[in-house]
This record gives sequence, C-alpha cells and structure tokens, in this order.
Amino acid sequence: MKIVVCAKFVPDATADRRFRSEDNTVDRAGVDGLLSELDEYAVEAALTVKENGDAEVTVLTVGPEQAADAVKKGLQMGADAGVHVIDDAIHGSDAVATSLILAKALSKLEADLVVFGMGSTDGGMGVVPAMVAERLGLPAVTLGSEVTVDGTTVKIRRDGDLASDTVEGTLPLVLSVSDQANEPRYPSFKGIMAAKKKPVETWSLADLELSGDQVGQAAAWTEVVEVTARPPRTAGTIVADEDGSGAAQLVEFLSTNKFL
Amino acid sequence: MAVDRLLPTEESTDLLDLVRDLCEHELAPYAAKAEESEAFPREAFRTLGKAGLLGLPYPEQYGGADQPYEVYLQMLEEIAAAWMSVGVGLSVHTMTSYAVATRGTEEQRARFLPDMIGGELLGAYALSEPQAGSDISSMTTKAVRDGDEYVLTGTKSWITHGSHADFYTTFARTSADPKHGISAFHVPATSAGLSFGAPERKMGLTGSTTTLVNFDQVRVPADHLIGAEGDGMRIALSALDSGRLGIAACAVGLAQAALDCAASYALERKQFGHAIADFQGMQFLLADMAAAVESARATYLQAARRRDLGRSFTQQAAIAKLVCTDAAMKVTTDAVQVLGGYGYTRDFPAERYMREAKVTQIFEGTNQIQRLVISRDLLRSVR
Repeated sequence: MKIVVCAKFVPDATADRRFRSEDNTVDRAGVDGLLSELDEYAVEAALTVKENGDAEVTVLTVGPEQAADAVKKGLQMGADAGVHVIDDAIHGSDAVATSLILAKALSKLEADLVVFGMGSTDGGMGVVPAMVAERLGLPAVTLGSEVTVDGTTVKIRRDGDLASDTVEGTLPLVLSVSDQANEPRYPSFKGIMAAKKKPVETWSLADLELSGDQVGQAAAWTEVVEVTARPPRTAGTIVADEDGSGAAQLVEFLSTNKFL
Repeated sequence: MAVDRLLPTEESTDLLDLVRDLCEHELAPYAAKAEESEAFPREAFRTLGKAGLLGLPYPEQYGGADQPYEVYLQMLEEIAAAWMSVGVGLSVHTMTSYAVATRGTEEQRARFLPDMIGGELLGAYALSEPQAGSDISSMTTKAVRDGDEYVLTGTKSWITHGSHADFYTTFARTSADPKHGISAFHVPATSAGLSFGAPERKMGLTGSTTTLVNFDQVRVPADHLIGAEGDGMRIALSALDSGRLGIAACAVGLAQAALDCAASYALERKQFGHAIADFQGMQFLLADMAAAVESARATYLQAARRRDLGRSFTQQAAIAKLVCTDAAMKVTTDAVQVLGGYGYTRDFPAERYMREAKVTQIFEGTNQIQRLVISRDLLRSVR
C-alpha cells in the first residue's frame, strides 16, 4: 500500500509570527518554522498503518525552501520517502490552489491512502482534505479521532458535540485525523541518522503539468486586503476590597463583560 | 530562553531539536512535582532511552550516537536545565558505560553495551564507600576469585540510582596493593546478595534516589571483570575526568535555568511603578549572572574540544568542574535574591535550583579535590 501524508510547514506558534507587508501573506521565510503539530498526528497514523501491514509512507509538502524541514521531520519519525513541491509561483496560493497542487502530486504518486491532519496551525481552514478528495474523485473520511485500517477498509470514529459516528470507506481514499487520534512519536537518534539517507524528490509546477497562472496569489479566490496587528494586551482590572464591596464589584465586572 | 548554540553538524542540530522537544514536553512539566514528592523519574529515563539518548558519546555500532563530547555535553546541559535530577542521572549513566566501552574486551562490548547505551537500561556507578570518598585507595569492598566467578563483599555509599538501576559498575579490591589492587566489575541488578540502604534524605536532587549498596557474597561470572585485575583505579580516575565534564555541563544547565527564571521574573515584577528589571542594580545583578553562565559554558566546551581532539584534558576537566559548579552556586543564589521573598518560597523553582546547585560542588570530586588536580598538573608542567 502506498500511503502519502500531506504535511505543512508552518511558522512556529511559540515564536514571532507576522504577515509580509508587501502582499499581506504569512511570512514563511523570515521566521522559525516547523512541521505543523496537527500534521504529526497524520504522520503517526500513517506509520501505525505501516507497522500493522505492508506499506510505504511518503511525506508530501508544498512550500518554500524551509518547508524541507517538515519533510525531514516526517522522515525522522519513520516515513520512507519525501516529496517537496517548490516553485516561486506557488507563493500566496489559497486553499483551492493548494488542493490543485496536492491532487496533481498525489496522482503522480499513485497514492492508495492519503492522510491529512485536521487543519494547519497557521491557516486553520481544514478544508484541503475535502477539496483534494473532490479533485481526485475519492471518498473522504475526515476528522477521525480513531482510525483502523483493515485490508482495503478504513474505519474512523468521528466525535461530534452530541454523538460519535463511525464512518467507513474503501481504498483508495482521503483520510484526515484529529489531534485525538493518537500520540505522535518522537524521532529517535537512529531516525535522525536514517532520515539523511532517505530519498526526497523536489518537484516544480512544470513537473506536475501545472502553470504558474493556475496557482499563487493572482489566482486566489480571495484576497487579504488589510492586516492589523493585534493591539498589545492592556492591563487588567484590579478589584480592591477596601470597604467590603469587593464581591459586588467583582460580580458587576463579570456580568458586564458577559462572563456570567 | 533557548540558548543559541554553535553545533558542528546538521545531525547535532537535529539532535538538539529532539532534545529540546523532549525537555519541553516530557521533562520540564513534571520536574517540580516529582522533586517535591521525591519520586524517582524512571519513566523519564525510558523516554530518553527510546529516543536513543542514553549513549550519546559512544560508538553507533553498539547503539550509541557517536557524538563528540562537545555535542553530548550541550545536550546534557539542556536536559539538566529542564530537570537537574535527570541531567545528573544521565551523566552518571553515561559514566557507568565508560568502563566497558573503553576497557572492555570486544566480546564484553558486544554483549553488554547494546542494552546499556542503546536500550532503556539504567546504570549506577558503585565507587565511593563510607570511608573511601575522595580517597579511593582506602576502599575495602573485596572481590575474591572463586572458580569461574568473583565473589563481592562490602558496602558502597552515595550511589546514584541505588535500588533503581539495572546494573552497577562496581569497583572492588582484588589485592591489598593500594593503587593496583582495585578492579572493575559489571554487576547486574538481579545478582543475588545485592541489597540497598534507605534513600538518603538529601537537601536537593530529591527526585534522584541515592542509597548505600550492600554486596553480601554477590557472585558475578569471571568474564564480568572489566579490564585486567588491578586496572580499576586507572579506569575509575579516567572515567571521572569525563564524568566531571558531565557534571560541569549539568551545573551550567541549572545556572541557565535559574538565570531564565530570574530574568523573566524581573521583567514582570513591578515596584515603585517600574519593572524591577528597569533598575540598574537589578540589571547589573542579572548581567553578572549571564556572564557567569556564558563563561562557565565556554570553560566546559574548551575541555570537551580537547577531549574530542584526543588531547589531555584532566586539568581542563577539573577547572571546568570547579568553575561551572561555583558559577551554578552563585547564579542560583542570586536568582533567589532577584525573586526576593518569592524566591525563598517553594512556589517558585529558584530555591530548588539553589539547593540542587550545592551538591555539584561536592560530588564527582569536591571542588577542593579539583584544586588539587589543577595545581598538581600546573606545577608538574612548570617544574
């Protein structure tokens, strides 16, 4: 079975994150980045399937040069190969264009099982798995919080607010997993060393028979017209209980701000 | 604050990422509670073992990571900054494998090392005795050859990981010769006749268990002798040179943690309408702490690079141990000062750092012994 994990390189949420002033896109080049933590669950899900059967796991990413780190992390965790789609024309692509690039790459890879995380930690839209499935004409079982693969049958449990449902599909299909699906493994020293020897291919848009005008900022269906930095946090309100009215003031504050 | 490290290779940079990830998610969140409740962090060592971090400086063919000391010590520093008991434990464990790795026969290395450094086993180093601390030559634990076995009898003290370890790298007397009468043995924890004293009630490193280890007619196969009979003193002293570098790195990690704690507190704490970090008196205190940490780090790295190049490093290791642990004592004490009254409470980690720092001036050779080593080397070279 050929499993492909679609993984995204995102700015580190614990470090400085910003938008580029010239085009209002997320600055991916000048900041610390990493494999999206939500995609680690997808890598783990793929590796678990591999451990329980015969499969090869490829990590696929679309992004600038630094995005190679996302592939590397996947390989260190235990994936077998990597593909990095990189092209200057991709900069500024929206979810629709991203799904086009991924779908082309997945067709080329002849994936049996495509695994996504539940969303990216930067864009956070969570729509790409469904878009890719649509483009490929494959069933999509998404947001699995428990995944079992038995032969060609993939069964997931989706946990909703009111109920959990079990959804089943047959390979080939597109799967996305939630952050409840598993406990992503850490790489090990052996994994780090082995990753250096694993094959990583670099593909351009031309390799996917796509042209620059099909993707990128100009082709995006939406545009970020303005970016305003979040104002710095203001000092909190301190309720001093000097005359015994502290409790009343506290209740007043909470109810005025609709916390009660 | 993440320390901006200069590492020699891409793989060591990746290794640092892994170590930091583990420190942040698997060690730091559990340290304070485990130290408070004196719970031995066995699981933390398993986690390090799974990640392949229990044998960083040893050959890859035996399950190690083949990293130079320059890299191993910086990983150790990171781990000690997150949790000192685990950092010290890793340093001790690394030293326990030293005898087999450097003086063992090829057969012993192939048999013992994969589990010691490439698995999840934890080691202890049984050298000190109640009456033989700094003066190793007054050791009385005996190993007597009996057919295909050695029979070990005696008591070891201050044994880190006592009762939790899977093996004890043990030094015992095989003859009365003060310098050439000591031998090294690999003693599995399952050996009959091994027993342990109650855990010492220590001032700090309370998560790390320290006990007496009693050897009551403990029999080990003769092929568990490491090196030749009588090689023990040389092995122990040579392992100590490397062990001292480990403790030096742990001390710097501890000092860095205290500095980070103090600096972030100073930015938050307001007095007289200002963050106390705005006052020059506080800035100078923090600056001195930062200078102590940075210069201590440079000192152990210099010794490590000498070791990695195959140059002598006994004197440099002793200097590093002295400088780094004295720096840790000073910086952690100053961190308590920066936090003021809060620093004196157990609600903040500064007081724990200060308690943990004290022992680094004592174990792996007291700082007075380090001065002996340094002056002996110095005067020998001048004469």
